Amino acid sequence: MAGIVGYGAYIPRNRIKTEEIARQWGKDPATMSRGLLLTEKSVPGLDEDTITISVAAGQAAIDRAGIDPARIGAVYIGSESHPYAVKPSGTVVVEALGIAPDVHVADFEFACKAGTEAMFVALGLVDGDRVEYALAVGADTSQGAPNDALEYSASAGGAAFVFGKTDPLVDVLETYSYTTDTPDFWRREGEFYPRHGGRFTGEPAYFKHVIAATSGILEKSGMAPKDFRHVVFHMPNGKFPQSAGKQLGFTKEQLEVGWIVPTMGNTYSGSSPTGLAAILDIAEPDDLILITSFGSGAGSDSFVLRATSLLPERVKRAPTVKEMLDGPRRYLTYGEYAKYREKIILNT
Amino acid sequence: MPSPRYWREIPNRFRLEAARCTGCGTVAFPARTICPKCRGRELESVRLSRHGKVVTSTVVRVAPDEFMMEAPYAMAVIETPEGARLMTQVVDCDPDTVGPGMEVDLVFRLIRKEDHGGILCYGHKAVPVGG
Repeated sequence: MAGIVGYGAYIPRNRIKTEEIARQWGKDPATMSRGLLLTEKSVPGLDEDTITISVAAGQAAIDRAGIDPARIGAVYIGSESHPYAVKPSGTVVVEALGIAPDVHVADFEFACKAGTEAMFVALGLVDGDRVEYALAVGADTSQGAPNDALEYSASAGGAAFVFGKTDPLVDVLETYSYTTDTPDFWRREGEFYPRHGGRFTGEPAYFKHVIAATSGILEKSGMAPKDFRHVVFHMPNGKFPQSAGKQLGFTKEQLEVGWIVPTMGNTYSGSSPTGLAAILDIAEPDDLILITSFGSGAGSDSFVLRATSLLPERVKRAPTVKEMLDGPRRYLTYGEYAKYREKIILNT
Repeated sequence: MPSPRYWREIPNRFRLEAARCTGCGTVAFPARTICPKCRGRELESVRLSRHGKVVTSTVVRVAPDEFMMEAPYAMAVIETPEGARLMTQVVDCDPDTVGPGMEVDLVFRLIRKEDHGGILCYGHKAVPVGG
């Protein structure tokens, strides 16, 4: 099976603390932070969107792959915040990265799992020898309505993966997908903010799909939770992935590296892919890694991966997730945040 | 900026494509067909490095309408290692800290929106290295 020959991530420098949002709406900051296990989240600048995040993450992935970008034959961008309703984000991305014009391009949307959806298709095309390399991106500038629970988590960032058969940094050993019609979270055409079913987003949606997909791939691969060094699940908040991991028999140590939601927030389509990038930043050869995404609507994709001996030497070719999370950052007031997220109506 | 002009400038705006004179080695950005230094007509395409240094800068406090939300912001002339110079915004920092000698990375960002329903125009801006 084909593998990941390059990967990269991008997280904007702006941040807002959970307590700043809680104070704005008269909520107790400590209660909100403890309840969601979130301390802060990333915020896109006025000049950052899914396209710019995809270019930054994609460039890092190409740098780590060390390949001529013109050899990439397919580019798929998974997001629920594509800047255009009609005009693919991928068209801008392939021009900026020097991939165009001999390339198949599409934008994917499946709530928070559009990134792994893109990975799944990119992997399949390389596996089937339709293209030499394929680039898959999961990126979002997530939407959350003011004073909604989502506002504490909806953040910005993403990750990109180049799939190929030559010199993989990570082997893909198995894949599995699980999908049903579950209306837990949605955004109708023309609506600015998504709506959700409150607690309905938990048991019948997130947990059912994450657990079914993970159990499915474990059975299909003949592996057990103890076989894995690292595991990452979609991270809508701090608690859900911890709880899913516990139910499936994974330890906190296995979840620790990919569990970046407390300081990054939920980057929707970029959530579990960016968690995977954080794992690849520190993984050692032969480490087994499991990723399970979740997209409302609803479905989950799972991948079993194994790091190769090439991975450690390629990490330094681009910024790591930890460097971006702990590096230069600017903390916003709620007023600045409202301006940056264009929540203020102007008389222009 | 009208869409056709923006489209024509994609090579330099998106990929920092410049032209190097095969005669005297001068790198011109945006790409030219005649070398601005020796008037040579043999030029090759070259992509600029995605980093550079601030040569000079200023802070825009009273911005044009379409950049009003971003004010105050720094504008700077950046010189890349190839010797090419380009003028960009310097973002993700306090604009008053931008000055000559500052090392920057050139990053792909949204430059402007062509009014409410118009196209989105992308290009490169500078971000201070390490802070």
